[in-house]
Amino acid sequence: MVLTGAEIVIRCLQEEKIEYVFGYPGGAVLYIYDALFNQKQVRHILVRHEQAAVHAADGFARSTETVGVALVTSGPGATNAVTGIATAYCDSIPMVIISGQVPTAAIGQDAFQEVDTVGITRPCVKHNFLVKDVRDIAATIKKAFHLAKTGRPGPVLVDIPKDVTMQKCAFEYPQEVSMRSYNPVVKGHQGQIRKAVQLLLEAKRPMIYAGGGIVLSDAAEQLTKLTRLLGFPITTTLMGLGGYPASDRQYLGMPGMHGTYEANMSMHFSDVLLAVGSRFDDRVIGNPAHFAEEPRKIIHVDIDPSSISKRVKVDVPIVGDLKEVLDEMIRQLEASPTRPDASALAVWWKQVEEWRRRDCMKFKNSDDIIKPQYVVQKLWEVTNGEAFVTSDVGQHQMWAAQYYRFDKPRRWLNSGGLGTMGVGLPYAMGAQLAHPGSQVACVTGEASIQMCIQELSTCKQFRLPIKIVNLNNRYLGMVRQWQELFHGERYSESYMDSLPDFAKLAEAYGHVGFRIDKPSDVEGALRDAFSRKNDLVFLDFQVDQTENVYPMVQGGKGLTEMILSSEDL
Amino acid sequence: MRHVISLLIENEAGALSRVSGLFSARGYNIESLTVAPTEDSSMSRMTIVTSGSDEIIEQITKQLNKLVEVIKVVDISESAHIERELMLVKVRASGKDREEMMRMTAIFRAHIIDVTESSYVIELTGNQRKLDAFVGALEPELILETVRSGITGIGRGDRVLKL
Repeated sequence: MVLTGAEIVIRCLQEEKIEYVFGYPGGAVLYIYDALFNQKQVRHILVRHEQAAVHAADGFARSTETVGVALVTSGPGATNAVTGIATAYCDSIPMVIISGQVPTAAIGQDAFQEVDTVGITRPCVKHNFLVKDVRDIAATIKKAFHLAKTGRPGPVLVDIPKDVTMQKCAFEYPQEVSMRSYNPVVKGHQGQIRKAVQLLLEAKRPMIYAGGGIVLSDAAEQLTKLTRLLGFPITTTLMGLGGYPASDRQYLGMPGMHGTYEANMSMHFSDVLLAVGSRFDDRVIGNPAHFAEEPRKIIHVDIDPSSISKRVKVDVPIVGDLKEVLDEMIRQLEASPTRPDASALAVWWKQVEEWRRRDCMKFKNSDDIIKPQYVVQKLWEVTNGEAFVTSDVGQHQMWAAQYYRFDKPRRWLNSGGLGTMGVGLPYAMGAQLAHPGSQVACVTGEASIQMCIQELSTCKQFRLPIKIVNLNNRYLGMVRQWQELFHGERYSESYMDSLPDFAKLAEAYGHVGFRIDKPSDVEGALRDAFSRKNDLVFLDFQVDQTENVYPMVQGGKGLTEMILSSEDL
Repeated sequence: MRHVISLLIENEAGALSRVSGLFSARGYNIESLTVAPTEDSSMSRMTIVTSGSDEIIEQITKQLNKLVEVIKVVDISESAHIERELMLVKVRASGKDREEMMRMTAIFRAHIIDVTESSYVIELTGNQRKLDAFVGALEPELILETVRSGITGIGRGDRVLKL
């Protein structure tokens, strides 16, 4: 069958069973949009800004086990997409981004809407391609999907010049991909796994520390089984929330800069630390020198060898797919005549429970002013802990992570690595499209939401009944918090004046908007919002301006040097 | 510590910038980098001279391996290996300097590959130290221009970097 390059692009997406493409048309992709117009299988979601196209496709991927797809034009289309691509890259999200390029003959001529897209995106993609021959399109797109979802996942960009989309050739979608330079390890090394199991069985003060890799590799079930089998305490990072049920007794909450006291203390004072799909990020272990002061054996399982022994020296490295490795660990544990050291574990748990009794997540609620933590607690109650929750970046992100207790993976969508403000609403769009009947909440702030506010229009066009929970404190809250604590209360440019009336703004876009000022109205407003199954509701909560996120490990400090509340200052 | 890393990479447009971009983005040193296609023209071989602690070299190797187009990576300086670099030197060669230059060329087992009335171009191959020594042995004012290729290297004996 002879098809144009543009038709081939769409056929490839059909072959990959892609339901939704998020994009924005423009000159260089006109033929692709034409090919899109002539079919029904792949649905296009027209966003209002290319950054949101990539974020929404990213959110779709995060909330499902599929690859997100975005389509943008050349030049500004591609540069607008860069923030989205970098965001996905930092959190290892499988995505394929197709960008238009000026015609082959015009490349390098400083043509209208020309940029070196492959060059600009190179440092923030897993891989990228410039397709210069129509006969290469199908094989390249096949490779792009393969690269995006195998090994450590990530975004892959395919740049296609306009003339290539007009040329014709026979279409055949390759069934398999074989790349001599790319063969990620899947199975973990048997000997290393044996060593790891041995260490776990001998541990006196063991701790499990799971990251986003658990969610990405869909290994939550294995992790839960292993953790229960061992009876060890477990913490999951910001990216790993939901990878282990938060309501479980063995779960200690999130570690790190705004992690719980018990998680940080247990990480620090453990004698054997099992790290799975995590990367000892600076926001998780604080000062690596301080972390290294306490002697402990570290087992690190990850699909990416470069994540191992990068920031922290590891004793037992295991490279492989988490699902495979954890399954093998479980198999070996079950086959072993030895059990974990029960008496040592009892002593350790006594200590852990003592740390837990500090109740570091308590906050002083108020009858007069809405506490942001309270809003998230109520959101959790009203949605029975079952919503897909997205967040932007800042204080509200931390409160959402701390007070919404995720029992299932892929329910929590946020920009952990790059920390991109503006992702919340497009993530919610992706999640809502992927899960049409489900409750989707976007926990945001008045600053973050304005970074992609134009997407309210997209939500109207595609009838996405997202609930926006705006924790409005009229400040760039996290900036204000740092300025209060570390910059002598000089609030340089962190106060937001002249904010819109968000309720009215939502109404202007054709949605429902509420403004909530009193704590007593919080629950009612949330219940009202979630009872409106077909409406997007913008809940503008006027919250305490002075509230800070605690516990807090200051930059450069060690995990045990936490500030637990304002009284510690 | 100085290390010599050899790698095989797909001979595709942009492959070099993926490697050089990796070094600049992560703040690794590149002392020299040479690249050319191998006998199988679908692959290029690169020799990178870099320096860093053991941890940094481990990361460099892992990060290089992570690049999708990189096929194989070996730190050839980990065991017995040979390094060579090519240098071309254009020197002033008139009057008594002509004789002197020929003598130096002979001592260093270099070759004169271009001759004019007033200059020579001398070709010299060797390890870095030999090339440095040659430049050091010449009178600075006689050197008109030098160009060095950067190091290429290969393992000794049975060690082979091949697909």
